[in-house]
Amino acid sequence: MTFAQPAATSSSLGPLCTEGLVKRFGDVTALNGITLNLNPGECLGLLGPNGAGKSTLIRTVVGRVIPDAGTVLVFGRPAGSGGARAALGWVPQELAIYPRLTCRENLQTFGRYHGLGRASLQSAVAHCLEWAALADRAGERVSNLSGGMKRRLNMAVGLIHEPRLMLMDEPTVGVDPQSRNRIFEMIETLHAKGMSIIYTTHYMEEAERLCDRIAIVDHGRIIAQGTKDELVRNAFASRSEVIAHFREPGVHVAVWVEKRGGRYVEGTGQFTLERPAEIATLIDAAAKAGHELMDVSLRKPNLESVFLHLTGRELRE
Amino acid sequence: MIVSIVGTALVSLRRDCGALALSFILPIAFFTIFAVIFGGRRDATPKITVIAVDEDHSRVSQGLTKGLQAEASLVVRTRPPRKQGVEQPEYTAQTAEAAVKAGAAPVALIIPQGFGKDPISFGGSQEHPAIQLLKDSSDIVAPHLVAGLLQKVAMTSMPHGMAEQGSKHLDAYAGGFTAEQRKRIQENLHQLERWQSRREAAAGNHGSTATGSGASDAGVIAITTRDVVGENKRSPMVSFYAAAIGVMFLLFTASSAAGSLLDEAESGTLDRVLSSLVTMTALLAGKLTFSALLAFAQLVLMFVWAWAVFKLDFLSHIPGIVVMGVCTALAVAAFGMLLASICRTRAQLGPLSTLVILIMSSVGGSMFPRFLMPEVMQKAGLLTINAWAIDGFTKVFWRDEPLLHLWPQVVVLLAVAAVLFAVARRLARRWEYA
Repeated sequence: MTFAQPAATSSSLGPLCTEGLVKRFGDVTALNGITLNLNPGECLGLLGPNGAGKSTLIRTVVGRVIPDAGTVLVFGRPAGSGGARAALGWVPQELAIYPRLTCRENLQTFGRYHGLGRASLQSAVAHCLEWAALADRAGERVSNLSGGMKRRLNMAVGLIHEPRLMLMDEPTVGVDPQSRNRIFEMIETLHAKGMSIIYTTHYMEEAERLCDRIAIVDHGRIIAQGTKDELVRNAFASRSEVIAHFREPGVHVAVWVEKRGGRYVEGTGQFTLERPAEIATLIDAAAKAGHELMDVSLRKPNLESVFLHLTGRELRE
Repeated sequence: MIVSIVGTALVSLRRDCGALALSFILPIAFFTIFAVIFGGRRDATPKITVIAVDEDHSRVSQGLTKGLQAEASLVVRTRPPRKQGVEQPEYTAQTAEAAVKAGAAPVALIIPQGFGKDPISFGGSQEHPAIQLLKDSSDIVAPHLVAGLLQKVAMTSMPHGMAEQGSKHLDAYAGGFTAEQRKRIQENLHQLERWQSRREAAAGNHGSTATGSGASDAGVIAITTRDVVGENKRSPMVSFYAAAIGVMFLLFTASSAAGSLLDEAESGTLDRVLSSLVTMTALLAGKLTFSALLAFAQLVLMFVWAWAVFKLDFLSHIPGIVVMGVCTALAVAAFGMLLASICRTRAQLGPLSTLVILIMSSVGGSMFPRFLMPEVMQKAGLLTINAWAIDGFTKVFWRDEPLLHLWPQVVVLLAVAAVLFAVARRLARRWEYA
């Protein structure tokens, strides 16, 4: 695992190679020197809270945002070039489809926008409808579809021109758990076929399930990247995470938790301990300070813990 | 409670620039436009151009022409304007008629040979030489005004002719005022009285007697009026309003169609489209084409409806309709693109387009014919798409002019379309990249 400055893992001819990307919007620095490489067939998760710069990074790769500094190469071609556009499939966070057209018409329209001929368009539309499990709703107007179906169509439109790299910007926003699972299955199918994927999310469960490698993004920077295990191991090593719930949480408890080197989050004290045996010491100290504990649990650190550890903030703040 | 509701509504209104503009700017703008048209300054009253042809060259006819020239509300032309500094020959009956047909003036007066010898025509005697009034009946005001002024000028500008003619009448009818003479005078007075009664009765039954072609015997001089433009038209103003109203709604349609660009920008679809192989220029060109086709179809439908219901002569003007329809549709479509590219959101586009289109339509003659407006307003109207489109369609439907004569309107409308599209393309750069 590396922090902030990862070593290049693929050549500039790989699916995606960004180098020192900087983008400012007025006083706000959305991207602050992002360097990233994606390996062929890899699913890379961009994990970060809202406003971290994930969408700006995606839009820069697509060519819709011109960076103030840095380069983006998609299969060796500059972002926004014809070659890069043809190789990229983009699933924006918004439902970027025509609501008055049917599913099939939407796919046909975007297929034509990508220059597909009649024969290839027909087979691509059929494939996308099947992939999104919308074949039986092909003639339905988008405005009549459920939220989950719209999301799936939104994704299918990104795949219509058979790209080699898919950029998915929080494709499960506002989707119920059942539809979310279906979307995961769609992505897993693509991944299994060797598609290179960039997947942005602020849900660590999604990143854990779908991504081979995860880059944690905060304030326009990649603060860590690696596999989930690498991230956790590098952040916590062999240490364990202990969550303590207090009978009477409050300011005095928060002060005590921070004095003990922990974090006070939503009425709980979160501590990182070298050895599980240190739990007894923690309980004794709480009792001596007059803070009655309701419950103490030992938790295996996850990506949420890593993010909290690295930024001092929760992923969904 | 009510105070809170009012307060909330006030805050909402204050923050909604479009609603504010519609509430306060549009009424004031409209009031100003119509105040200038109808109740403006005295010197802003439109002058009527009249072509005068003196075939008589007598003292009487010259006095009559001079009298007309002295009228403040008329611009009397005896010859066409200079061309490249060269004075043109005086109008003849033929060239005057051609000039009216071409729209150079709404009225031409032909004073016939022999008019000066016997100018007065009490009672509408057929033996008197009548002044010919050639008119363009699309102008429903000018011919009547000129006919009235002609009678007035006849009374005030021909004292010699009136006295001479009066003496002749006295000599002819009185002859020394014998009993027989009194009887004859009395008979003539009775005849005049009966004629007046008949005229009043006719006016009561049929309204104005000065409408359309024919003889007008209501004054001291005989006038024969003839429509030289639109003489065969069944519904004089239908073609005008079909074009006028059509163009106004075309503007609304085009701005609404172009608003799809804003919908797509707001939904994120535009970003996605531009991430494909579609460029912004291609996208705008596609939207322009669609808007133009829609506008053309709308215009054709309007004329077909006018043909079916109001007997507009549609079928014999198809080439002209196509030429003017295409040019107008392109111009309004580009105008819609410009409005859409100026606005940030669809919510902004609605009030702005309403404001601009209604003002353009009122100044450009879609609501009120431009030829009835003061000169300054007529000139201001030339800054609008409406005016050029209506002028073109008037040439097609009303004047039956050949296609080549449409070139000024075609050039202007296509140039407007090109310029507006170029500006819209420039403004649309903000959507291209962040």
